[in-house]
Amino acid sequence: MIRHHPPFEMIVDYATGVSGEGVALAVATHAALCPMCRAQIADVEAVGGALLEEIEPAPISDGLLASIMDRLDDELPADARKPRPDRETARLIPSPLLRYVESSLADQPWRSVGRMFHEVRLPLSGKNVKASLMKLRPGSLMPRHTHRGHEVTVVLAGGYRDGDQQYARGDFSAKDSADMHQPIVDDDGECLCLVILDAPLRLTGAVGRLVNPFLRI
Amino acid sequence: MNVLAAIAEPSYFHASWHGNMLAIAKPKAPPGSSLTNDQLCRLVEAIAVDGDREAFASLFRHFAPRLKGFGLRRGVDATTAEELVQETMLTVWRKAATFDRSRATVSTWIFTIVRNKRIDMFRREGHPEADLDEATEVAADQPAADETLVAVEAGTALGIALKTLPKEQLEILQKAYFEDKSHRAIADELRLPLGTVKSRIRLALARLRVALPEGHA
Repeated sequence: MIRHHPPFEMIVDYATGVSGEGVALAVATHAALCPMCRAQIADVEAVGGALLEEIEPAPISDGLLASIMDRLDDELPADARKPRPDRETARLIPSPLLRYVESSLADQPWRSVGRMFHEVRLPLSGKNVKASLMKLRPGSLMPRHTHRGHEVTVVLAGGYRDGDQQYARGDFSAKDSADMHQPIVDDDGECLCLVILDAPLRLTGAVGRLVNPFLRI
Repeated sequence: MNVLAAIAEPSYFHASWHGNMLAIAKPKAPPGSSLTNDQLCRLVEAIAVDGDREAFASLFRHFAPRLKGFGLRRGVDATTAEELVQETMLTVWRKAATFDRSRATVSTWIFTIVRNKRIDMFRREGHPEADLDEATEVAADQPAADETLVAVEAGTALGIALKTLPKEQLEILQKAYFEDKSHRAIADELRLPLGTVKSRIRLALARLRVALPEGHA
């Protein structure tokens, strides 16, 4: 059962198209697993439809329709190029995220970071935001950290505990510079997450300072 | 096909264009037709099933002036706004088969297309999306939201409800939906505290959601 959802403001930014690609990816990934948030997004989009219907229209240049009509025959049906991941990947990775993961999880160029987790970067168009898949070792203690920007996490497999909150598949977490936290991975299995960062983490505590040079995030 | 396009373009279209140019404000039809959602649905379905070019031309006449208005609200020049119209309408032609009248009004569907095109054209980013029909693992204890209820009959009701919104709420909604502005950017522009902007958007949407057939959390 999904317990943690994106804040309403993030749903609005997503549906109005204001979110950056990274946060939009996290919201879409969560929504793929959460019918309630999908319905909420559809509601906010419906308001967009009603606003578009009522918008002040602008006169169109004379030739535009004709020139578009000329192009219709060249338009091919929507590109059906879909990634073909193995079954495990298809089971764990919802479709909006699959377009970024592109191949099977086992074939990803996982990079070990400070012996604490494995990470693979996902391709985003912008450079200021980083999207990664992270595999966290069972029972591991993440370095305690705060954020300069935002950290958005969607759990895809396994789970972790953060303070008194438990996170499992589908759960969404959004942290900003006010939040210091130290997630503890459940010890019954690896935890796979989508993590979006729009600024490097600020590590606190001795372990954090030790690991910091390896993190490069 | 040029002939077809020429026939398909009605004379009031030109009339209203010249009317605006010369500012001889007679009681004239504003650019953009007024068709009901049911009529618009039939046009999209005719494109999907028969590749009906007449239907496409009618849909263009309804939406192109609105879509151009949408582009202009984003602050781009007329040429760029018409490029946005073109890209959006070509996608409508290509993706007509994915439209499902039980899930959204045509206006809402086209809003999501132009939103994505705007992100693509002006920010050069993607907008990852959870398909509404995404297979979701619904746990036994997870209430299944009935998504098909969401926007459909509500289209008209939503339009009416929009007209009852206080002006300052409508203004903020239009900024969020049309101008690609974050809550923070809107707050700066209107010289309002961020909290006020957040609560106005929230209030406006809460008020509009009353018009939707089922309350969503």
